[in-house]
Amino acid sequence: MGTKRHFRVWRGDDSGGDLQDYQVEVNEGEVVLDIIHRLQATDAPDLACRWNCKAGKCGSCSMEINGMPKLGCMTRMSTFEENETVTVTPLRTFPVIRDLVTDVSFNYEKARETPAFAPPAGVAPGDYRMQQVDVERSQEFRKCIECFLCQNTCHVIRDHDENKHAFAGPRYFIRAAELDMHPLDARTDRREYAQAEQGLGFCNITKCCTEVCPEHIKITDNGIIPMKERVVDRRYDPLVWLGNKIFRRGQVPQTFVTSAKHGDAVHSHGAQGGVHSHAGDSHDPAAEAQAQAGVNWHREVPKPTAPAVDDNGKLPLTELTFDRAAAPSPFGDDVTFPLPPEHLNFAHPEQDKH
Amino acid sequence: MTTTNRIERHHYDVVVIGAGGAGLRAAIEARLAGKKTAIISKSLFGKAHTVMAEGGAAAAMGNVNSRDNWQVHFRDTMRGGKFLNNFRMAELHAKESPQRIWELETYGALFDRTKDGKISQRNFGGHEYPRLAHVGDRTGLELIRTLQQKIVSLQQEDKAELGSYDARIKVFAETTITELLLDGEKVAGAFGYYRESGEFILFEAPAVVLATGGVGRSYKVTSNSWEYTGDGHALALRSGATLINMEFLQFHPTGMVWPPSVKGILVTESVRGDGGVLKNSDGKRFMFDYVPDVFRKQYAETEEEADRWYTDPDNNRRPPELLPRDEVARAINSEVKAGRGTPAGGVYLDIASRRSAEEIRRRLPSMYHQFKELADVDITKEPMEVGPTCHYVMGGVEVDPDSGAAYGSVRGLFAAGEVSGGMHGSNRLGGNSLSDLLVFGKRAGGHAASYADQLTARPKVAIGAVEAAVETALAPLQRDTGESPYQLQQDLQAVMGDLVGIIRREGELADALGRLAELRERVAKVSAVGGRRYNPGWHLALDLRNMLVVSECTAKAALERQESRGGHTREDFPTMDPKWRRVNLVCSLDGDAVRLTHKPLPKMRAELIGLFDRAELAKYLTDEELADFDALVADADAEEAGN
Repeated sequence: MGTKRHFRVWRGDDSGGDLQDYQVEVNEGEVVLDIIHRLQATDAPDLACRWNCKAGKCGSCSMEINGMPKLGCMTRMSTFEENETVTVTPLRTFPVIRDLVTDVSFNYEKARETPAFAPPAGVAPGDYRMQQVDVERSQEFRKCIECFLCQNTCHVIRDHDENKHAFAGPRYFIRAAELDMHPLDARTDRREYAQAEQGLGFCNITKCCTEVCPEHIKITDNGIIPMKERVVDRRYDPLVWLGNKIFRRGQVPQTFVTSAKHGDAVHSHGAQGGVHSHAGDSHDPAAEAQAQAGVNWHREVPKPTAPAVDDNGKLPLTELTFDRAAAPSPFGDDVTFPLPPEHLNFAHPEQDKH
Repeated sequence: MTTTNRIERHHYDVVVIGAGGAGLRAAIEARLAGKKTAIISKSLFGKAHTVMAEGGAAAAMGNVNSRDNWQVHFRDTMRGGKFLNNFRMAELHAKESPQRIWELETYGALFDRTKDGKISQRNFGGHEYPRLAHVGDRTGLELIRTLQQKIVSLQQEDKAELGSYDARIKVFAETTITELLLDGEKVAGAFGYYRESGEFILFEAPAVVLATGGVGRSYKVTSNSWEYTGDGHALALRSGATLINMEFLQFHPTGMVWPPSVKGILVTESVRGDGGVLKNSDGKRFMFDYVPDVFRKQYAETEEEADRWYTDPDNNRRPPELLPRDEVARAINSEVKAGRGTPAGGVYLDIASRRSAEEIRRRLPSMYHQFKELADVDITKEPMEVGPTCHYVMGGVEVDPDSGAAYGSVRGLFAAGEVSGGMHGSNRLGGNSLSDLLVFGKRAGGHAASYADQLTARPKVAIGAVEAAVETALAPLQRDTGESPYQLQQDLQAVMGDLVGIIRREGELADALGRLAELRERVAKVSAVGGRRYNPGWHLALDLRNMLVVSECTAKAALERQESRGGHTREDFPTMDPKWRRVNLVCSLDGDAVRLTHKPLPKMRAELIGLFDRAELAKYLTDEELADFDALVADADAEEAGN
């Protein structure tokens, strides 16, 4: 009944490691986590991997499967072609402990920094009264299983360790949003807190977090954007509005919106900086053919696209001529997410030393 | 000596082993009592098995039906447990659950609401009134997240007051305890390892609360996570405490049996509460054939009456699909054995043909998504294939009902939640476990704190015991001739699943004990390859000995109890025997061997037994007990007449 399939699993620890090849039996109806368990029971007894419920409820078995941040227990083997190589790597945003297990303590630190629910004064236990319609908004965010896939995929920290101290990440934006929308929470400064302390301003709404959320929480639309609204309100300026009326998108002088050169301004990793991985799905036949053939980890992937700059190397940040009130995307406004899979790669920091 | 000197040491007042609902609630209570508290979590913080609970938390708040009160809840619990429950625990549970639920709202929990803004309550098998506080079908997640966030909020208070988040309550994530350390009969500490680094860690603490959950990983088909290896049960036994009711395991009637990606995963009882019915391969709704006499009065006899109940529960009897779990599990088992099962060995659970797709998606959102995504099964279009899956162990550490303190020779050991025994008797009602966690978690945490307070001198950890613990823990890594822990676990699961499963027979149980003895020899020689850093093979090798000793308790007690009751079904003794109702089977450890003794059940107080009909009691009690009851009623009548 079972067939042998080709798996490549990243093995190693904080000192380095590489992808190892396994031929492993796969049966009908199984998921990637079943296969990892079979590897543990056969070829790789010490293969480290977190898991608990195997039902998509605890958020433990987060991993990157063919470059996509996913839960191992919710990735059905039937979604791959029969002869497709399945490549399993640890979450890239967090330091590797061993094999597929990463140090996710960053998330718990951010959780501790987010002010807790403040019970309303003078309401005794048992006397809380709330309407279903009011609790539902917060309930959406309380569905979060803390798999940290959104944290892993968020480009603000994925390739930028230096942002971690100032940025709490999508998981904690929706925690703030949940408390902001809680009918009885006594604190009134949740949005201001998110802006001032959690680094909400770093988020430029690429929706990658929403895309990878296994609980389908509308992190960006229902959480982050409402949180940003007040901030936008404050920044609203009639001159910007006038500028937008005069230079509507499409009429703006072309030098401002196209870019002839790729700057390294944002991605300063230089030589090995050609790694840019984002979650996304593709039904492009070429991409699928390539995926079937296995991923060449030494291939050339396009360099990240930095925002368009003018002849002086400056961003076109004059609000009168630019078509939006905030800064341009650090990835270039012409880049849409998710990126196509052929632009995805996984490279261990030690990879090029061998 | 050199090995033990380098071990990381911590001093705490209360160490809570387990970070599920019971453990977190106990830790909150100990910290609120001012004790320096450690929480040991085998997984990451917030991943505990409690997240899997779907239905809700039973508490007689009376929000939906005002006739509900603690007495009705108490009656339902005793009935569900077939009167084998520790009555005092059932009483405390019924009385205190509402406060524990309301308290969660002050921690930030957001339950579903009634129209007048109170906590909504839903129907569930075995509960007379709608009683389960719930959040869609992810109540367990809400509970664990709420408690997790309450702990964070306490840490924030400590940070503000004392400068450190960890000043008074600290979570040791991905840490496993392998031994409890004693000073004479008093608990002195706990020894374990960090999973991440494989480094050892020693806690010196006068009070330990066990909240490690259950034992399901010893079974082939189980809804339980890898953590459920009976650690707390085994730690208690080895430190001189006793276990009761270990023969009673709850097999949830409706676990998915196909496809393999979701094998064992529960289909919540609310699917049946919301209209789902069980059908065999002939398409027959078979549960009407399996209503036992004791329940005949409360359950519908025709499909028409059963279907009316969903909209008019006051004037119709409930559908037999909502019988207690053990009855439904046995019925499914009988259908499958009679050859009327599905290809994968289950029966069909059909809600698709009975409710609109939209309604199913609205009422059972996570069920719908879970099966759509995990297995590509659309429950709004096709029936599910379900069968019994090992779900919960009623048995556990024998405790003092009020304090959660373990009986037996040990002092300073407390237990709460699934790892403790007695509360649920021979069978647990759905929804009673989440409230159990809160009620007895709070009690155990509070009493552990006051125990630590009243000690005049702190017990001391003996160096020799630590050295022995280190040696035991490292042994599997140092052997290279033994078997793989995965193979041994598989063999253990086969023995328990096949021979000590849902339907039991004397010959098979005796056979199981023989095989477990063989396994014990093999487990003693298990070897794990690789190093100490995050090595799941090594971790499993260490868990195996716990699984094994707990399995022996279950098999021994199952062989001894010659009747069928709740979660224990003997094919050779198919009925309940009132004489056995008066007996708890108590397991303890005599050296390495499991010793089994009989112990009489505590006698229910007069005002509690007075809550029941004589006709109902007659199904459970011996003639002698009934005579006592009659005398009691006569006394009460005489007293009334006298007034």
